[in-house]
Amino acid sequence: MMPANATFELRRATDTTSVIVIRGEVTAFAESQLMDAYNRATGEGAQAIILNFAGLDYMNSSGIGLLVTLLIRANRAKVRLIAVELKEHYRHIFELTRLNEAIRIFDTEADALAALPAF
Amino acid sequence: MTAPSSSSSEPRDKANWAQPVDALRVRTMPLAAVNLNVGGRHLVGPLQGFGPLYHKRYRVRLAGVDVSPSSVIQIWRQNFASFWPRGNYFYAPITGIAPGEVALLNLASPVGVQLSTGIMVIYADDTCFTFMNPEGHMFAAMITFSAHTDDEGVTVVQVEPLLRSNDPFWELVMRVDGYKREDRFWQATLRSLAAHFGSDAEVETTITCLDPHYQWSGIKNIWHNAAIRSGLYTMLRPALLAKRWLARRRL
Repeated sequence: MMPANATFELRRATDTTSVIVIRGEVTAFAESQLMDAYNRATGEGAQAIILNFAGLDYMNSSGIGLLVTLLIRANRAKVRLIAVELKEHYRHIFELTRLNEAIRIFDTEADALAALPAF
Repeated sequence: MTAPSSSSSEPRDKANWAQPVDALRVRTMPLAAVNLNVGGRHLVGPLQGFGPLYHKRYRVRLAGVDVSPSSVIQIWRQNFASFWPRGNYFYAPITGIAPGEVALLNLASPVGVQLSTGIMVIYADDTCFTFMNPEGHMFAAMITFSAHTDDEGVTVVQVEPLLRSNDPFWELVMRVDGYKREDRFWQATLRSLAAHFGSDAEVETTITCLDPHYQWSGIKNIWHNAAIRSGLYTMLRPALLAKRWLARRRL
């Protein structure tokens, strides 16, 4: 298997919200790294996770499958998943796959953080 | 590990993805095909639907076969229908399996009637392609077909559905025999593909239930159920043809 050409940097935004900054390529090869970042975030007590896609420069259909799987895990654990900084092309992909109906999308992290208490 | 750089230019994957669509459009319609449950329908994926969510993986290793993942996918895309089990028809679009194309399917269904349904190709590149289904199909699914080289240098081919049954009717059918039929369908497809390359390797199957719960909001999906509509069409077709014939005679 090829190594993942992606990084998933985790940082804390508030006591209950973490941000996963995604850079590079989201494909099937990124599965363990993405799930590891999610596990670390929830391990630190995150009840909401913001996925920051500003550095995303490639995603195939297996990558979207990964996001679906992540969303299901988050829903079951009652963790809110939010997407920010999606380029227009990736917004279209979310629309095509109807992921936009299940993940809240905001332009920026600041917008997401401001809206978080409201939903 | 160094973070890969991001660029502000157009994403490299742009040409591999279909554009979002409000409703499916069937551009070409082979004579033998029936388009009852595709044109005008919305796409549904694993986040829609009714039943528990499964991630299935059917995989075959082409050990001893000198073929690259991209060659496998090229041949698979060009001859997709020919690897299907008998009695099932995939009416490929004229332009082949390409992003945005819609194909009609007439399937031998678990409920006895020939099921008229379809798929849309949402993604395609050199080593993988993915379908989603219209409302009414037995599954709300995303099915990815891919090939890669494993650690031992062997080409591995796989089918990976991420699926839920679409409505309570389909969930019942799936529970009785449908899930097993689905497994046999893709196992047979992969065996047939492997045989094309001279391999008789076994197909490995792994099934993971990602979400055992029902999505009760999906009950209303039964309105679009393709089996019910295909069954009604089969029953009413003689009467519809007779009505049309009488109307023509009156003119």
